[in-house]
Amino acid sequence: MKYLQLVWSAMFRRKTRTVFTLLSVLAAFLLFGLLDSVRSAFANAASSVAGVDRLVTVSKISFTMSLPKSLLSGIAALPGVAKVTYANWFGGIYQDPKDFFANEAVADNYFDLYPEWQLSQAERTAFHNTRTGAVVGESLARKYNWKLGDKIPLQATIFPQKSGANTWTFDLVGIYRVSNPKQKSQEAIFFFNWDYFDEARAFGNGNVGWYITQVSDRTLAQQVADAVDSLSVNSDHETKTQTEQAFNAAFVSQYGDIGLIVGAIMGAVFFTLILLTGNTMAQAVRERVPELAVLKTIGFSNHSVLVLLLVESVLLIVLGGAIGLLLAGVVVDAVRAAVGEAVPMTRVGAAIWLRGVGLMVLIGLIVGALPARRGMRLRIVDALAGR
Amino acid sequence: MSALVEIRNLSKIYERGRQKIEVLHHVQLDIEAGDFMALMGPSGSGKTTLLNLIGGLDSPTDGSITIGGQRIDRLSESALARWRSTNVGFVFQFYNLLPMLSARRNVELPLLLTRLSAAQRKRNAAVALQLVGLADRAAHKPGELSGGQQQRVAIARAIVSDPTLLVCDEPTGDLDRQSAAEVLTLLQQLNRDHGKTIIMVTHDPKAAEFAKHTLQLDKGSLVAAAERAPA
Amino acid sequence: MARSRTRSAGSLIGSLIGAAGAIALLVLAPWWLLLAAVLLLALWTVATRIGRQAWSVTEVGLATIPQRLGAASVVVVGIAGVVAVLVALLAMAAGFEAALMESGTDDTAIVMRAGAQTEINSVLDHDSATVVAEAPQVLRNAQGQPIASAELVVVAALPKKSSGLDANVEVRGIGERAWSLRPGVRIIDGRKFGSGLRELIVGKGAHGQFAGVDIGSTLKLNGQAWTVVGVFDSGDAHNSELWADTDVVAATYRRGSSTTAVTVRLTGADAFDAFKAALTSDPRLTVDVKTTRAYYTDQSASLAKLIRILGVTIAAIMAIGAVFGALNTMYAAVATRSREIATLRAIGFRGLPVIASVLYETMLLALLGGALGAILTWIVFNHYTVSTLGQNFTQVVFAFQVSPPVLWIGLRWALAIGLIGGLFPALRAARQPVTAGLREL
Repeated sequence: MKYLQLVWSAMFRRKTRTVFTLLSVLAAFLLFGLLDSVRSAFANAASSVAGVDRLVTVSKISFTMSLPKSLLSGIAALPGVAKVTYANWFGGIYQDPKDFFANEAVADNYFDLYPEWQLSQAERTAFHNTRTGAVVGESLARKYNWKLGDKIPLQATIFPQKSGANTWTFDLVGIYRVSNPKQKSQEAIFFFNWDYFDEARAFGNGNVGWYITQVSDRTLAQQVADAVDSLSVNSDHETKTQTEQAFNAAFVSQYGDIGLIVGAIMGAVFFTLILLTGNTMAQAVRERVPELAVLKTIGFSNHSVLVLLLVESVLLIVLGGAIGLLLAGVVVDAVRAAVGEAVPMTRVGAAIWLRGVGLMVLIGLIVGALPARRGMRLRIVDALAGR
Repeated sequence: MSALVEIRNLSKIYERGRQKIEVLHHVQLDIEAGDFMALMGPSGSGKTTLLNLIGGLDSPTDGSITIGGQRIDRLSESALARWRSTNVGFVFQFYNLLPMLSARRNVELPLLLTRLSAAQRKRNAAVALQLVGLADRAAHKPGELSGGQQQRVAIARAIVSDPTLLVCDEPTGDLDRQSAAEVLTLLQQLNRDHGKTIIMVTHDPKAAEFAKHTLQLDKGSLVAAAERAPA
Repeated sequence: MARSRTRSAGSLIGSLIGAAGAIALLVLAPWWLLLAAVLLLALWTVATRIGRQAWSVTEVGLATIPQRLGAASVVVVGIAGVVAVLVALLAMAAGFEAALMESGTDDTAIVMRAGAQTEINSVLDHDSATVVAEAPQVLRNAQGQPIASAELVVVAALPKKSSGLDANVEVRGIGERAWSLRPGVRIIDGRKFGSGLRELIVGKGAHGQFAGVDIGSTLKLNGQAWTVVGVFDSGDAHNSELWADTDVVAATYRRGSSTTAVTVRLTGADAFDAFKAALTSDPRLTVDVKTTRAYYTDQSASLAKLIRILGVTIAAIMAIGAVFGALNTMYAAVATRSREIATLRAIGFRGLPVIASVLYETMLLALLGGALGAILTWIVFNHYTVSTLGQNFTQVVFAFQVSPPVLWIGLRWALAIGLIGGLFPALRAARQPVTAGLREL
């Protein structure tokens, strides 16, 4: 890499211009890091490897409608079913409606179907034994500074109590952890006992929101799903059962095509970036025609001049882009620390870096193509004579 | 004894649009190894063109150029580039140093094309700079050197890969009297003490005096025949 | 020498102050103030000697642009990109907001169960609904009946045309007086649904976004077959909904006689406070009362705000990139013209005309870029309809609103970028020692 010195010195021939160009590249890739982080978060929400083992059963009309609890025995009896559990969306508010987090009333064995959530046996027992018990994810507990034994009140928005009261109070008896960093958003859920919920709720008693079924054999998933749905066909509570993965994907798609929006914005950004840096590069080569001619007189081949110029333009983009991505990583971490799950963002990790660097190299090559070709083709004699 | 440079029937025609301009007409020339030759003539006489052809920067329209037994008019562009890197050193009127590199790195440039290690390159460049008397200025950038010093760095660059031929195009054209004298003395030294064959284009008769003999070119043809210097 | 240096320092400080003022003006001022400033500028250019000098220098500069087409296009396209993205995102937010806000007025109120934030979460029994409708602040029609509609909002799943996947859609069961409650609603195709029948009418927006809702199609609601008989246009968020007879919907979804909310027309906007007081103090009721305007504004608030914040953030980052691009271009422009500029100054042109000319040129290019970006966005996105998840977990259909206020914001950003991108090169051009510039000759 003895030529690196040559390329480096060429890049900084005009310091100010290079710095400005680097800053433009930086801005473009800062944006890329941020937007791709959001896009990945949406894509991740739709994919969970473990989610192929589990089936979600909701009302065919909409997941906001309930199903009778009586379905439980029917589902459990089906061949291929290893475990079944059920839950209800509660939708309560803690203090400020803007600080929303998911809260659900779940059956006793709910955590058995989510082995990727780590909850100690002692805490599971406590949950089972405490009627008003609640289990929350670690990130939620950290955000609100909750400790085991705290009493936590939630304001109902859908389900008032029989007594007419709107406030439901729970005792924190367990904190669970999610180890997979991609699924960290699952740590932001508040669970409490379904039995307590059903007993105290003013209406809808005996109805659940959804069932989760664990299949004994992954390949039987579709069969089991169809079997579950056939239990309620032509009844007044027809069901729709699909793998958890498919369910999440369908849910996320309701927001809109996030990938398309992000792609469109980044397309606009990179287009202008290419124009900008292309112009700078072309200018730089124009200025250095005599120097390039000298290199050729010394004996550098046309081909090597081409390579030198391409390396220069790629290096320029990679340098600016890498700093931009680093910055994006810092910003994403700061935003996640500040607002938690309000804005879905993944960490700027290996996947985003890989895509980013690939784009940097591609853009560097595109930007440098024409100027490098020009440099390769310049005729020594004409260049030296100033033509 | 065959000469280092043998030029037979050399012609160069440029096409500018529809016009054809014949810059060199059937030039015959022999240059012995160890010669220091000045090439003079009015502007438009074709002296720079002849120099470019001898240096392998351009190819003739007709005729042959044989240097060190090799027909360079038959070489492809990339072969010419390779040939240049080991056989010729160039010195230009406007020095043509790379402004962002130090003197030492400028001198090292031709060595980047060789397989020498970084340490060896550094050593050879130091030797070349020593030869031109600028060892103490190795770390300076061209912008920090005077015209004469820059030209001497350019000469160091031209000799660092030990070529047989040194081709100079108006090397003192941009220098004051004293710097010019220093540069020309250096060229003489390189010719006498180190056996470099030097071909120098100049319009200054005083500069031509430093050479062993002078050739005149007018309208593309040699006016004075080649003189063989005493062996 | 010293005197001229003080003079040039003076003009330098003057220009800096002027430029800072201009930036503040661009960013903060209302349109009429900006118009006044532009007129003043035009007056200065025409009436004063320095102004005319500035213009003649600018003309010279503009004449050389064809030679610098590549560099000039960098400024134009870079800024066009920023403006296009900004305007598109702001238009999205504005459209979403408008779709929801237009759904509300100050003289209609919506009553839901206390604590329910949205209709879908609310349940009101028949008796409570009757009490609400009987309140004295509710306007009565010619027959003496209260203009109140006890409505039942449920959810149905329909495939979206764009993705083919199912999404949730609001089905609203309405009462007879819903039509006089919402006088702006028109049937644009087919007919109204028949009372007591399993018939639906589809909102214009829903009709465009979902498959299987053309007139004559059959839908399954809770296992029962319903027919689509018409398409309506309400000019607001209700265009994302399907409407039917409340009693029939209640029967299909087994809701008995309960409803989700009661919407009433008040005797006037001023009657709202009394209405709210009366209902909240009534021991038979546990309800929340809001004007429909307040209700829909709250619904759209957080998402609209999020889109706006995102839009501004993204555009800001792009703008920074564009500023550096403009700086590069203008520094290069100034450098290539340093000979001309030095000559002008040697002749006697002062710093200010030179600065002004560089600024004029940059801002004209920026204006061109801004206009380009704005027009592009307007052509592609205006009235572009999309739908997304609303507060009720149902789809809200809305159209991008590339409106004049949004376009104006885009242009302002363009001018601000041009100003910043031109300022420093302009100062450099004015302060470069004349002799250095002349030596370039």
